[in-house]
Amino acid sequence: MTAPLPKRIIKETERLQTEPVPGISAQPHDDNARYFDVMVQGPDGSCYEGGVFSLELFLPDDYPMTPPRIRFLTRIYHPNIDRLGRICLDVLKNNWSPALQIRTILLSIQALLGAPNPEDPLNEAVAKQWKENQGEAIKTAREWTKLYAQPKQ
Amino acid sequence: MALTDPGRYITSGGQLSNCLARPPRSHFLSLIHRHTFSRCTTQPEFNRATGCFVIDEAAASTSTTPPLTRKRKLDTTTTSAPPTSATAGAEPVRKASKTKQKQVEQVEAALPATPQTLVSDKPMDSDDEVNSVISSDEFGGDADSSVGDVEDFGADDSDVDFDDLPEHDNFETQEKDLKPRKKAFEVDHKVYSPEDIQRQQDDQVAEVSTLLEQPHEDTAILLRYARWNKEKLIEQYMDGQEEVLDKAGLGQDVQKSPPRIETIDGFMCDICCEDGPGLQSLAMKCGHRFCVDCYRQYLDQKIRGEGEAARIKCPGDGCNRVVDAKSLDLLVRTDLTDRYHQLLMRTYVDDKENLKWCPSPNCVYAIECGVKKRDLTRIVPTVQCDCKHSFCFGCTLADHQPCPCALVKLWLKKCADDSETANWISANTKECPKCHSTIEKNGGCNHMTCRKCRNEFCWMCMGVWSEHGTSWYNCNRFEERSGIDARDTQARSRQSLERYLHYYNRYANHEQSARLDKDIFHKTEKKMTLLQSASNMSWIEVQFLEEASQALQRCRQILKWTYAFAYYLARNNETEIFEDNQKNLELAVEDLSEMFEKPTDQLSGLKVEMMDKTTFCNRRRIIVLDDTAKRLKDGVWEFNVDLNKPV
Ligand SMILES: [Zn+2]
Ligand SMILES: [Zn+2]
Ligand SMILES: [Zn+2]
Ligand SMILES: [Zn+2]
Ligand SMILES: [Zn+2]
Ligand SMILES: [Zn+2]
Repeated sequence: MTAPLPKRIIKETERLQTEPVPGISAQPHDDNARYFDVMVQGPDGSCYEGGVFSLELFLPDDYPMTPPRIRFLTRIYHPNIDRLGRICLDVLKNNWSPALQIRTILLSIQALLGAPNPEDPLNEAVAKQWKENQGEAIKTAREWTKLYAQPKQ
Repeated sequence: MALTDPGRYITSGGQLSNCLARPPRSHFLSLIHRHTFSRCTTQPEFNRATGCFVIDEAAASTSTTPPLTRKRKLDTTTTSAPPTSATAGAEPVRKASKTKQKQVEQVEAALPATPQTLVSDKPMDSDDEVNSVISSDEFGGDADSSVGDVEDFGADDSDVDFDDLPEHDNFETQEKDLKPRKKAFEVDHKVYSPEDIQRQQDDQVAEVSTLLEQPHEDTAILLRYARWNKEKLIEQYMDGQEEVLDKAGLGQDVQKSPPRIETIDGFMCDICCEDGPGLQSLAMKCGHRFCVDCYRQYLDQKIRGEGEAARIKCPGDGCNRVVDAKSLDLLVRTDLTDRYHQLLMRTYVDDKENLKWCPSPNCVYAIECGVKKRDLTRIVPTVQCDCKHSFCFGCTLADHQPCPCALVKLWLKKCADDSETANWISANTKECPKCHSTIEKNGGCNHMTCRKCRNEFCWMCMGVWSEHGTSWYNCNRFEERSGIDARDTQARSRQSLERYLHYYNRYANHEQSARLDKDIFHKTEKKMTLLQSASNMSWIEVQFLEEASQALQRCRQILKWTYAFAYYLARNNETEIFEDNQKNLELAVEDLSEMFEKPTDQLSGLKVEMMDKTTFCNRRRIIVLDDTAKRLKDGVWEFNVDLNKPV
């Protein structure tokens, strides 16, 4: 990475530290300012409550003309997130606007945890279970949260 | 489809050559040999490893290179033609030239299946010549002439005379005048240049703009949103103006003044976070302001990167405002606006069901044709572009008459799936069925003569050639073997494979022969040119060869597709008529093809005969096309697949 960091990324990073979003943190790597370690807390009242999910976020060269690349590192049982942690979210694809920011995207992801959408599935098997037996699906999501998404002591 | 690598088909050391001589007529009828297909299928020496078919639809048709590339032409259009100057440099709308085929020849119905030697040494440029030289006593003169032709031609064409039709400048008139004369396989169509297309759009924008009392730019956005369905747009607009404007990306205006590039104190761009003094910025009517650099990057990404034009939204988060052409002009350089207008033009044609781009590489024209998707089970809408490319308006593949689109798709898919099985049978070396010496095929003609034993046979079915002219021998028809136990699944699957291979073999063979015919033509042409310069012959003297070559190409292309057609054709009372027409065309083509392979020094002596045979082939071609199209239109053909089912 020889090109100097764009003002936009510097500003965004600063603001993430000075005005952190509740339940969300994003920390750039020391050796790569475009690569972030992200933590997102499961929203209260959702089946991911109490879980802390870690994600990786990368800002491509043409950011913000193209959206950041994000994926879950923690295993999660969710109809819009596949086994590789990839996320199906409109603002990360067609509805991306260069005026959107890392913080707004992370908030959208947190909101997605609070409102799974099995009608637009990325993980077919989970979506099917979600539609056919929601109670069972929510139970599994809770179990997975306990199993994989516990905050490190 | 085309076979690649023609060189592969010439095997060295072949002992046989094809078509040394045509047997005298008296030899016909002397041998009766019911050929069975198993003869062909059991040729053992053709391994599937060597044969390899590659699908290439375009190659089968006559393709030419137009003078300008599509890009260049479009570029000049968009930069030079202001939107409102509808009459500036207006060219008359091109109409498809159909003069070649517009004569309806009732006589064809009665033409005998064997070629006539016509007394004429004029060069032929149209069917008209023929009409004048066929005398009435030839009507119904030959038992070989197919019943179907006679039956079907008389009725609606009976009032046709054979005088030359005048050229009409006005398409309307021509269409009206030609209606009763138009062949069943022809469709009305027009060719448009990019300038014509631009003018069409401008005219519609102007018209709707007055109606809705919206500015030109906004009306264009509304029409693009409505996919150029004027009526629907106006209706929706009357029902709810606000809603339509909002959905189209013309939502409520925050700022009234037209967008312009400004420098505003204290402005910080939300995209790049720059806020320096003198930072130039622009906001559309939605009020979302961004710096000019970010806007440029954004538009470049959308237009060049994503190929988007009609629906580029404001970069603001969640804003539905569509970027208009005026703002775009303010922001980006002409190379990008050119690309933008080019994309808009694409979208316009794509949105219109009655418009399609000519698929020929680098061609800039679009074709208008009224045939709808739902009509495609009843018609094969072949259109011809001004670049000379003939293609199907239904599926944009190269001309595939008389075979309907649905069958073409099925057939090409089947051929691709079964290519392994089919390869070995259509290989280019075979054995003489009598003495088993190896044969090479290096011309298009399928009448082969063994150099060793003088056996004359048919390359396609390996049957005795002398039987091919007779009414009971059917090289083209697949004889279903009776007596197969329906429960014997193995026998049935073998039968179905043999049936497929029967048709595939002929399909592929005509394709290959067309190319071999062309090769021969090019070689001959070279030799003739040498002859000409040596003997001071005028160029027109060899023109007949070119015409013969073109006739062979067109006829073989049709024959090729008749075999795909026949494969899906369910047997009923009408099938034989089709097969007779097919056979008659095939015989005519092989006759002509055979003359083609004569030594160059004999060719000029064959001129009259060859011209007659060329004419005859073309008339046979029209019979096959017209008759098949009529019955398709009338729903007479029954198929063993459902034409409505998507592949
Ligand atoms: Zn900016
Ligand atoms: Zn906006
Ligand atoms: Zn064209
Ligand atoms: Zn088609
Ligand atoms: Zn032989
Ligand atoms: Zn044959």
